Amino acid sequence: MSDITVILLTLVTTALINNVVLSQFMGLCPFLGVSKQIKTAAGMGAAVIFVITVASALTSALYRGILLPLELTYLNTIVFIAVIAALVQFAEMFLRKFSPPLYNALGVYLPLITTNCAVLGAALTNVQKDYSFGMSVLSGFGTAAGFAIAIIIMAGIREKMAHAPIPKAFRGMPITLLIAGLMAIAFMGFGSIA
Amino acid sequence: MKKLKKNTPLERLWNGIIKENPTFILMLGMCPTLAVTTSAINGVGMGLSTAAVLVMSNLVISLLRKIIPGQVRMPAYIVIVASFVTIIEMLLHAFVTPVYDSLGIFIPLIVVNCIILGRAEAYASKNKVIPSIFDGLGMGLGFTLALTLIGMLREFLGAGTLFGMQVIPDVIPPIAIFVLAPGAFFVLACLTALQNKLNAPSATNKPEAEASLACGGDCSKCAGTCGAGNHRAVILDAATKKEAADREKAAAAKAAAEKKAAAKKAEAAAQNSPVAKTEQGGDSHE
Repeated sequence: MSDITVILLTLVTTALINNVVLSQFMGLCPFLGVSKQIKTAAGMGAAVIFVITVASALTSALYRGILLPLELTYLNTIVFIAVIAALVQFAEMFLRKFSPPLYNALGVYLPLITTNCAVLGAALTNVQKDYSFGMSVLSGFGTAAGFAIAIIIMAGIREKMAHAPIPKAFRGMPITLLIAGLMAIAFMGFGSIA
Repeated sequence: MKKLKKNTPLERLWNGIIKENPTFILMLGMCPTLAVTTSAINGVGMGLSTAAVLVMSNLVISLLRKIIPGQVRMPAYIVIVASFVTIIEMLLHAFVTPVYDSLGIFIPLIVVNCIILGRAEAYASKNKVIPSIFDGLGMGLGFTLALTLIGMLREFLGAGTLFGMQVIPDVIPPIAIFVLAPGAFFVLACLTALQNKLNAPSATNKPEAEASLACGGDCSKCAGTCGAGNHRAVILDAATKKEAADREKAAAAKAAAEKKAAAKKAEAAAQNSPVAKTEQGGDSHE
């Protein structure tokens, strides 16, 4: 297979077939909580793409460069979560200082991401599957793109649903979960591509 | 249920399992709730692992609550929790490999479970050691109970078995979608709808709490205080309900008193003059 095929295949697999929210159940909290409007959902999606891609690169480098050679792999979880928390803090400070427009667009969403399990999940998946550095970054990006796609679709549906006559008991959380379930069925269809 | 004294072990257990059940009432830790409940046994495994981490982290954080400086408490909590998660992961790998295999990546992801940081921030960092341990135990058992229930439901519908034993005969085909990803969403949707229907207390079934959906909406505080946020919503709800009931009572009492007074007045008026009587008749027509 040529490089391009591998890249495309990885992106499709991580973003659509193994969608992080709808088939892996990671990052459900922001998916259910910050999906009321397309605008905020897009902001959240962009922030997640940024953080997961950088976090995948950093954790993969740390794992390959330090933890694996020194046989410290049992420290994976502790090191990764510490790195992610620090990264989010730094990203926030860096953006505020050097790129105010980008900070205004993403800033509010950054602190929310530390406890988003999709970030830690992506880093751990890369290690579990023993991906190389480049592959880790690529699959991290694909995973995050999958999250962004899912949350934006969800926000679009919820905007349309805002004035729909939903039975009283199903308003709020239950209808959101039902939509997510239907989306999950739709995304299962991508499985046949593989 | 008679009132239990606050912060006693029994009260904490009751609080965690029933009154503020982390899954059904506080709506925390949705990711593992949906991901691992494909069977009842997985639910039990995940619940107990989380409970163990919760008890240990509450214990240590409560012991260190006066030593950890306020500004760096979140990173400190995260490192403490991550250490215990690593220990639990190794123990599971060594002694119960099947559970370890089926839970997979969700064992290390206990670190980012909102319940644990939420309890650390909302309870263990402010209370003594013994109540903190029981708080962790109560919340952990409440979580285990919820996961087991959802797991049993999904396993029963999706595979026709309970804890691996065949319940529904082979003749009736199971509804396989319930053990797949969409089934998790459907089951939880129906359970929360039922909760709304019965008007059970929940952090999510009121408009003002909708902003703090799951642990997500109130995400700005999610670096650990999400538990506190949802907790506040539930308490607020109880308070407003009580207030409304009180007001209703007062109004009813007032109305009764007024009625009485009016009746007396009418009686007196009727005795005095027939004109008043007709006037009153006109009033009632209007």
